[in-house]
Amino acid sequence: MTLDLDEIRHVARLARLRLSDQELELYRTQLSSILDHIAKIGELNVDGVEPMAHPSDLTNRLDDDVVEEALPRDVLLALAPEVEDSFLSVPKVLDGAES
Amino acid sequence: MHEPLGVLDTVESVANRRVSAVEVTGECLRRIEAHDRTLSCFRETYPDRVVDAARRIDRLIASGEDPGPLAGVACAIKDNIVTDFGRTTCGSRFLADFRSPFSATAVRRLTAAGALIIGKTNCDEFAMGSSTEHCAFGCTRNPWDLDRVPGGSSGGSAAAVAAGLCPAALGSETGGSIRQPAALCGTVGVKPSYGRVSRFGLVAFGSSLDQIGPFAGCVRSTALLLRVIAGADARDSTSTPLEVPDYLAAIDEPIPDLRIGVPRQYLSDENHPAVNEAVRRAIEVFTGLGAEVLEIDLPLTAYGIATYYIIATAEASSNLARFDGVRYGRRASLAEGEGLYDLYARSRSEGFGAEVKRRIMLGTYVLSAGYYDAYYNRALKVRRLIKQELDAAFARCHALIGPTAPTPAFAIGEKADPLSMYLCDLYTINANIAGICGISIPAGFAQVDGRTLPVGLQIQCKAFDEATMFRVARMFEKSTDYHTKRPEMGKGG
Repeated sequence: MTLDLDEIRHVARLARLRLSDQELELYRTQLSSILDHIAKIGELNVDGVEPMAHPSDLTNRLDDDVVEEALPRDVLLALAPEVEDSFLSVPKVLDGAES
Repeated sequence: MHEPLGVLDTVESVANRRVSAVEVTGECLRRIEAHDRTLSCFRETYPDRVVDAARRIDRLIASGEDPGPLAGVACAIKDNIVTDFGRTTCGSRFLADFRSPFSATAVRRLTAAGALIIGKTNCDEFAMGSSTEHCAFGCTRNPWDLDRVPGGSSGGSAAAVAAGLCPAALGSETGGSIRQPAALCGTVGVKPSYGRVSRFGLVAFGSSLDQIGPFAGCVRSTALLLRVIAGADARDSTSTPLEVPDYLAAIDEPIPDLRIGVPRQYLSDENHPAVNEAVRRAIEVFTGLGAEVLEIDLPLTAYGIATYYIIATAEASSNLARFDGVRYGRRASLAEGEGLYDLYARSRSEGFGAEVKRRIMLGTYVLSAGYYDAYYNRALKVRRLIKQELDAAFARCHALIGPTAPTPAFAIGEKADPLSMYLCDLYTINANIAGICGISIPAGFAQVDGRTLPVGLQIQCKAFDEATMFRVARMFEKSTDYHTKRPEMGKGG
């Protein structure tokens, strides 16, 4: 399987990665070779097999609906690289959206 | 100077006041000081904090109180498991200065049991790798040969225990990241069944595969460590409510009528000869102990890597979406006119290393429109087939044995091609896919280029049957002396 550069650019965009031309070319080659190996699972007959997303057989575990202590807001805000008052700061998103 | 003490000797000596917790901890700090400049196991250590904690243990003992089952045991923590002191970097520039406001459940349980957190250990960035070379801050060295990798991704933890810098460490596994470095460094490493140990506070890589597990110098020490960290946790809904057995209670009792399975596919001609030789000797050891040895056919072994690198990268691409430059970690500066998309893309591109980007790209690709069914959904079906194949094997035998890794430690820089690195995980990966438990124990040595390198034996058991796994491992350990051998720098001095 050989990926073309446009596909790699599209995937990088979906993944929110800004890659240099050199990186794009490197990943194009490397992912193509990894996908060649991965194609191996196409050899197996999986008709009627239920997909297994998880090894656990636990189903939704419900907790009691009680209020508990959570980490204080100032502690969490202190982790953020940029805050304004008690808010996380991001570049303007309206008008132009997530272009 | 004395030989470094193991977990059980430390607990016993400290409890009986033959040595104080402050003294044993001081000895660990001294050994770290002497050797870690060469080995680079630790991202950082906490000398003041750990000595304070050791003093507390000594006071408890002096006043006749129970200091806990791990009292005085210095324990290293892989740097992708959060602590509410120091930094947790995950080996990534993205989190170079990240300080967690809380500790992982496994860390809290260790501390409550009297263990002393001595430092954070090096790992491949976000646990993505099999050599610790993909750490943004430099590679850990194998204490048996400084030109070789310790394995990975929990390479710092494995090397620290093997070199006697501390008696115990936690690592994490998504596809072999505890067992493989344990094998390459000649120590014991345990991958618990999925759900046995809370993942709360383990920075997520592949959420349906990840588990935290212990390293130590012998089987009984890892059993004690697992007993302490295992068990249900309200903060991780995938942690099992099953009771945690006292693994040490019957660990020295051989399993009656033991049936050992040896998967035919595990003894490939492509393995290093010393690896296959170690497995053959192990078969003789178990036969000598009266076990019945069965040849098992696991034809899906060869599909594990393909299945894993779809599921694990898909989950990683979703999990790592949280690193957005907004809430914590690195935030890139923007040029005039750039917006939110650029903030995400620039922060992530500056913060992540090459292997992490590669896996995010692969995971994004296999989940993207048009490929989801051919890759991700199909891999989930193969995952069920792999689990069924292993279930059928465990209906015939108590445990499967085989190599942990196809070769002893490889040279730093040797596996530059990503696929060749992925293929190292051939024998460990299906345990994560199926959620079963596995342990790697020292089982021999290989002579490579004039150096002696350790070889590991892997023992796998069905999900939540760690008790059997430890007993089988202990049967082997009691009949052999491989676990007593240490690299030069792991000896006294």
